[in-house]
Amino acid sequence: MTTNSLTTSQGAGRAGDKVFSGAAMAAGCLILAVLFGVALFLVVQAIPALTAPAGDIQGGNGFFAYIAPIVVGTLIAAVIALVIATPVAIGVALFISHYAPRRLASGLGYVVDLLAAIPSVVYGAWGAAFLAKEISPAYDWLATYLGWIPIFEGPASATGKTILTAGIVLSVMVLPIITSLSREIFLQTPKLHEEAALALGATRWEMIKMAVLPFGRPGIISAIMLGLGRALGETMAVALVLSSGVLTASLIQSGNQTIAAEIALNFPEASGIKVNTLIAAGLVLFVITLGVNMIARWIITRHKEFSGAN
Amino acid sequence: MSATVVRKRSALTKGQLPKFAPYIVLAAALIVGAAILALIGFNAFGWGIVSAILFAVGLVSWSGAVEGARKAKDKLATCLVVGAFLIALLPLISVIVTVLVNGIPGLITPGFLGTSMNGVTGAYDNKAVEEGAPVLGGIYHALLGTIQITLLATVISVPVGLLTSIYLVEYGNDRPLARAITFFVDVMTGIPSIVAGLFAAAFFFAIVGPGTKTGAVAAVALSVLMIPVVVRSSEEMLKIVPNELREASYALGVRKWRTITKVVIPTAISGIASGVTLAIARVIGETAPILVTAGFATTINNNVFGGWMASLPTFIYTQILNPTSPSNPAPSDQRAWGAALVLIILVMLLNLGARLIARLFAPKTGR
Repeated sequence: MTTNSLTTSQGAGRAGDKVFSGAAMAAGCLILAVLFGVALFLVVQAIPALTAPAGDIQGGNGFFAYIAPIVVGTLIAAVIALVIATPVAIGVALFISHYAPRRLASGLGYVVDLLAAIPSVVYGAWGAAFLAKEISPAYDWLATYLGWIPIFEGPASATGKTILTAGIVLSVMVLPIITSLSREIFLQTPKLHEEAALALGATRWEMIKMAVLPFGRPGIISAIMLGLGRALGETMAVALVLSSGVLTASLIQSGNQTIAAEIALNFPEASGIKVNTLIAAGLVLFVITLGVNMIARWIITRHKEFSGAN
Repeated sequence: MSATVVRKRSALTKGQLPKFAPYIVLAAALIVGAAILALIGFNAFGWGIVSAILFAVGLVSWSGAVEGARKAKDKLATCLVVGAFLIALLPLISVIVTVLVNGIPGLITPGFLGTSMNGVTGAYDNKAVEEGAPVLGGIYHALLGTIQITLLATVISVPVGLLTSIYLVEYGNDRPLARAITFFVDVMTGIPSIVAGLFAAAFFFAIVGPGTKTGAVAAVALSVLMIPVVVRSSEEMLKIVPNELREASYALGVRKWRTITKVVIPTAISGIASGVTLAIARVIGETAPILVTAGFATTINNNVFGGWMASLPTFIYTQILNPTSPSNPAPSDQRAWGAALVLIILVMLLNLGARLIARLFAPKTGR
């Protein structure tokens, strides 16, 4: 019996196919394993901090008394960042998608993306050396005239190294994220909706209010959530800018601390139970950002099903 | 006989501001702004802010008086949107100017790029400040460490990321595993960088022994941040390879893996390469994960698998937070800003490189 030359030559090729598809699948599984490993190793290393006697943890009142104020500090810094960044980012996105001359638009988009390219430690150095100094007169003014509001209670920090400064630096860092995502959504607004609004005599702003913003709302919300995820986990800006301390209501005094900065400042010199405490803090941060990001993705996918935008 | 020509405004443009109205308001706003600032002490920044507010108020109220509320609201929105863009430019310009002004003296110090911080103590820095001696020490060790760590992270991330994206595009077919990978890659994009560092640290503490801090641990931490970026960008690029190319290859009897390596990847290589370059640019500036995984060294370390290792971002961080001479931080600041300038230049070069790669190696379309 003669063997067909077409079938004999296929042995090598078939093996190649198997090896290649196997390698591709293995790489995919490795990613799942890594993420599972992140969770697993953090949990394993964090458990000693959760079970340790309360007196061993820094502060002497157990892990939850230690973590609660810095969780609140993290949220305060992230909320400041979003309150500042969101309106500016939506404005910039609208400017690039609907206001700027078409020829300039992509170049301007690139300029905003440059903001994302600057390393976080440079932002931290800039915030500590330049912004904190320049902004402290404004804090004095706030303390003098608006000091009756608890968040602006004086005396203002003389160095300007406060949670508000850290929040401002964070807002600069999340701005390009919110901008680029919102810009993508705004550009996807159906042209017919826009033209229909303009044809009915709407001004440009009315067109945006009636056609662009309603269409882009889920996209904007998820962009803000992703920005929140970034602001929660950002380390260097806060570690360098904020002169940390106990939880304080006033935003213009030194004080407060965030999880990420707490880890960065203490981990290099930590040993023993302190390492476990910091890893447990990292786990808390991981869970918070995971929740925020999952909600953002969920909004995007839910929206994708009926509009085609993502 | 003289004929007088009376120019009538067209009925169509009646009730509208003339075309030059914004320029008049701008000029008026600049003058009034300068006058106000002259009363309370002039500075350029304040002048810009006051003029911008005056411009917006002036234009909107004029428009409201002539054109009505709707047009005025439109003008207000335009002012706010343009203002938002200008506000967003402020920090960018400020950061770049600050880094340039503070960084250039450090960068042009002789030996800045060629020496490490080995043996540079506070005494030298005190001398530099008090007696005007040259500032010693440089970033050679940090530059070397950054290059080694980033290179190792790239070597880990690119094969894993590229193979995963191939799986998702070519083999996945929306299977549960592919959907799970897509979802978790998205989740991974959102991992805070310090948590990635803690993971690598915890992993090596458990496997090798407590306190293991080497360049390789940092590279693993950076890979956790880099892989999702590589997967997402490569996936996008593989998806836009036309299906006709694959089908033509299959029709010639070419095996699937040969089709992928010989047809699909070469077509998408420019996009993949630029995506990888952007991913490198993203992780090269990461500080937090390196801080908790590689420690900080002052000496040159050529072994990425052993011993503490410096890197540019952690060098900047430690020089600012813990100056070499606590009593005279100026030389440390100078070195930190010099390193920041070098880091920004590196990142910008990588970004530019990504754009060049995308343009140069793009497959030729059309005939």
